[in-house]
Order: sequence, then structure tokens, then C-alpha cells
Amino acid sequence: MYDINEIRKDFPILNIQINGKPNTFLDTAASAQKPQCVIDTLVRVYSGTYANVHRGSYYLSEQITGLYEQAREIIKTFINAASSHEIIYTRNATEAFNLIAYSWGRNFLKTGDEVLISEAEHHANLIPWQILRDELGIKLKIFKIANDGSYIEDEYLKLLNEKTKLVSVTAMSNVLGTVFPIKKMVSQAHKVGALFAVDACQYAVHRQIDVQDWDCDFLAFSGHKTYGPSGVGVLYGKMSVLEQMLPYQVGGDMVDTVSFEHTTYALPPSRFEAGTPAIVDAIALGSALKYMMNIGWARLEAHEQDLIVYASQQLQEIAGLKIIGTAPDKGGVFSFDLNGIHAQDVAFILDKEGVSIRTGHHCAEPLVKRMGYNSLARASIGLYTSREDIDRFIQALYKVSSFF
Amino acid sequence: MDIQELIENFELFDDWEDKYRYLIDLGEHLPQLPPALHSEEWKVSGCQSQVWLVPDVIEEAGKKLINFRGDSDAAIVKGIIAIVLSIFTHKTPQQIKEIEVENIFAKLGLSEHLSPSRRNGLGAMTEKIRYYASIL
Ligand SMILES: Cc1ncc(COP(=O)(O)O)c(C=O)c1O
Repeated sequence: MYDINEIRKDFPILNIQINGKPNTFLDTAASAQKPQCVIDTLVRVYSGTYANVHRGSYYLSEQITGLYEQAREIIKTFINAASSHEIIYTRNATEAFNLIAYSWGRNFLKTGDEVLISEAEHHANLIPWQILRDELGIKLKIFKIANDGSYIEDEYLKLLNEKTKLVSVTAMSNVLGTVFPIKKMVSQAHKVGALFAVDACQYAVHRQIDVQDWDCDFLAFSGHKTYGPSGVGVLYGKMSVLEQMLPYQVGGDMVDTVSFEHTTYALPPSRFEAGTPAIVDAIALGSALKYMMNIGWARLEAHEQDLIVYASQQLQEIAGLKIIGTAPDKGGVFSFDLNGIHAQDVAFILDKEGVSIRTGHHCAEPLVKRMGYNSLARASIGLYTSREDIDRFIQALYKVSSFF
Repeated sequence: MDIQELIENFELFDDWEDKYRYLIDLGEHLPQLPPALHSEEWKVSGCQSQVWLVPDVIEEAGKKLINFRGDSDAAIVKGIIAIVLSIFTHKTPQQIKEIEVENIFAKLGLSEHLSPSRRNGLGAMTEKIRYYASIL
């Protein structure tokens, strides 16, 4: 049984008031709130075990290096990687995609090669490829999605061919919620010899990932969205691929031997982790992922699925409200249009009622435009979202309608 | 309407709903900006909604004054523009430089619109107006 009231007690920020109203936080897709255990880890490590990692041969350094590497093990378990050496710490998913583009793209792509992405990508999984297109003369192909946000297999297969060297697709759209059938798409990409990168930023928050089952070559997500601290993210890469890649940034901690003439690089993941990382944030990310896994995927997904159905029904009852993104398989994000009222006006009034939602192009401007908008309002849920949150949101939307 | 009058009107409201309804009303009564002026040239960047500001320089009694026209595709921001225009329009560049918008918005009880996230672009609008005042 999923006791939402108990879960909510783990998140201190949910108790605060906003404009004198209960904190109705519906912007988890942008960044999630943090459970007490994550906050405690940050305090505990800074108060009792802090030093730099991988450097000193003294007690504190060994302690913290142990914790830092344990967190890597937790991440390995979280996505079921074959080895923790395949887990690279980054600042966030954006850095992970830049790393792939730089360390793999610049070394393995040449003029005429193609990179294939979907219409539903976040700028983080779009702009790095545009830059490679302009620098290397590769082609950037973009497969279409349906008007309701659904994946269309034919559109994908139409653009997948022997020239495709990399497919990079989100597992769950941050605007439409659409879930892409990654496992099948990976196997189709591999048939033409392309590698496959997964943007798991949203998916990782809501559903269990198995990189070995998916057989993807890269996968990225951000710690701050999976209830962990900001400043740390994850890039998974298959060892056979990582081994062939050159460093992304260079400096301390990523080398094997250095002389003034020559440097040999360390093995992955160190090769890609130049400089002092977000040590304590990484450790606290471990706490966050453990927290999610302790709740259990089946329970977490069942709770969120129930909310998705509940929210969809309530939203559909509001006159003039249109949900943007109604793919049969979708996660807990609701982009919507309310009678053509500007998303920002909606958000201003919701804010007055203590309800936080996101507006704008959601860093997926081409997608928002493709759906026919300049700006969209989006509510999104997390494991701490309750039916009461949805009720307050719906009431606040009725209030918005009363203004226009 | 001059800004003093607006401040007095806003003082009449004791809840945010009435204040916002009035704000939206102010926006609705803003004179229409001709479609041709809804162009990139007059767009204020850094706003979550689209905002346009057009300066018109006039001479009056040997003094240079700047009038502003404006528009937005969002209703509340349009209301904010109406206030911004009544603060800044028909002023000399020197006067524009000296106006303290923060104080005025605090008096209006709309301080939340001064947030540094510039979500409604009040900061961006003020910057743009000051910029025009410095070059025109
Ligand atoms: C689908 C998706 N990809 C990538 C990102 C980028 O994440 P970050 O800003 O943490 O790098 C986000 C975050 O908004 C996202 O939702």
C-alpha cells in the first residue's frame, strides 16, 4: 500500500505555504523536491566525512572516496548497468549530451553521416547535434511524431538507414509525456549499425530503467530531477564504446601518467571526470535513488498512474481545456491550453493560489511550435503528488477561467 | 491615467483578485498597437510572453520627450505594460533615468512582479526603456 501522507512527510518543503495557500508543487518535471534523507546526507557528509576524493591517503579522503564510489554502485543498480565503470558523473544531462557529442561525435562522425533524433527533443539533445552538423558536415535528421504526441514507428524507420550513426531520443517527452518504445527502437538502430543514446531525464523519475535490457549505448539523466541535488548528473555508456572515446575535458584526476611531453588517459569513467567533481551531491544522489528504489517501482508507478488517470479526467471536465500530448502511453506531465489564455496568465493566477507550474517553451521550442503554440502551461507530478494537489490545481484552474 | 491616480485606485483593493482583475482591465484598454509594429525590431527579449515597446520622440516647448506604446500577447503583462507606460511616457530622457520603478510597484502592491527571474519582463521592459532614453 502506498501511503501518500507518509511519503509527503519525507519532503519538508511540502509543508510550507505559498501566498498563504498550501504548497501545491506541480513542476517536478523541471526539478524535483528533496526528501529529508537527501538533505541529511548533504549535512552528514559535510559535517563528518568531507575531503577531496581519489586524492589523499588519509582517513577522511578514504572515507569519502568510499561513499562517492558507493553512490556510483547505487546508480549502476538504479539503471542496471553491467558495471559501475560505465557510470560517468556529469553536472547534468545537458553536460552528458555535450560529452557524447564531443568525445564520441567529433571522433567518430564524418561528413555525410547522419544523426537521428525525434521532434520531441529537449534542446540538450538537439543543439549539440546542430553544432556537429555545422562543424563536421553531418546531417541531422528529425523524425515526426503524431499530432497527439504519439510515436509513429514508420516515421522513425523511414529515416533510419545505413548512414545513421547515432540515434538519440528521449524515453519520455518533458512536454508531451509521450513514452517512446526504446527497447525496440534500439534493436532497429543496431540493425543498421547505429549507436543509440537515450535521454532518460524524465523517464528516470517515473519508471524503472534497465540499460542491459534496452541494450542502449548511452543514457543520460539529471540528479536534480530524480529527487537528488542539483549539480550532478549521470552519463551511462557501454564500456566497449566508452573505451574508444577521448576525454571531454582535461586536467586533474583523469589521467594515467603525465609528463611534460605526453599524457596517457585513465580508463573510463575517470577519463571523463576531469577535476574535482560535485562530491557530496553525488553521494546524496545515491541517497535519492536508494529512496526511490526502497519505495519500489511497482508501487511508485501504480501511484503515479492512478494520479495520471485522475488528473486527466478532471482536466477534461474543464470547459475549453485541451491537453497537449495524449499518447496512449504517457508519463505524468500535462501540457495544456485553457481557452487560449496565455500560459503566463494561467501561471500567475495559479501561483497566487499556491500552485506552481511551468510555462514557456520548456527548452523544447521547436516541439512547442510544432504543436501550434508559442508558450505552453505544464503541470507535472512526482512520487509525492497527492490527489489533493490535483484537486487544488483543478480548483485554481476554474478560478483562472473566471478571470477571462 | 497618471501614475498617482493609478496608485490611488490600487489602494482601494484589499485582495489580489480584484487587483488582478483591474490589472487585466487596464491591459484591455491599452490603445491597440498596429500589427506592423509587432515586429522583432520592437520586441523586448527576456520575457516569457511576447512584449513590444515602441518609443516615439516628440518636441514640446523646445524639450525632447519620449512617448511609448506597447503591447503583449499575455493579459496580465499587458496590464503591467499599461502601468509602465503611464510611468514612463511623455517624459524627458533625464526624467526616465531618475524614475524608481521599484518604489512605484511596491506602492501599487505589485512587488511580486519585480522578481529577479524577470518572468514577466518588467525588469527587461525598464531596461529597454532606459536604453531608448539613453540613445534617443
Ligand atoms: C527530457 C529532458 N532532457 C534534458 C533535460 C536537461 O536537463 P538539465 O537541465 O538537468 O541538464 C531536461 C530538463 O529539463 C529534460 O526534461
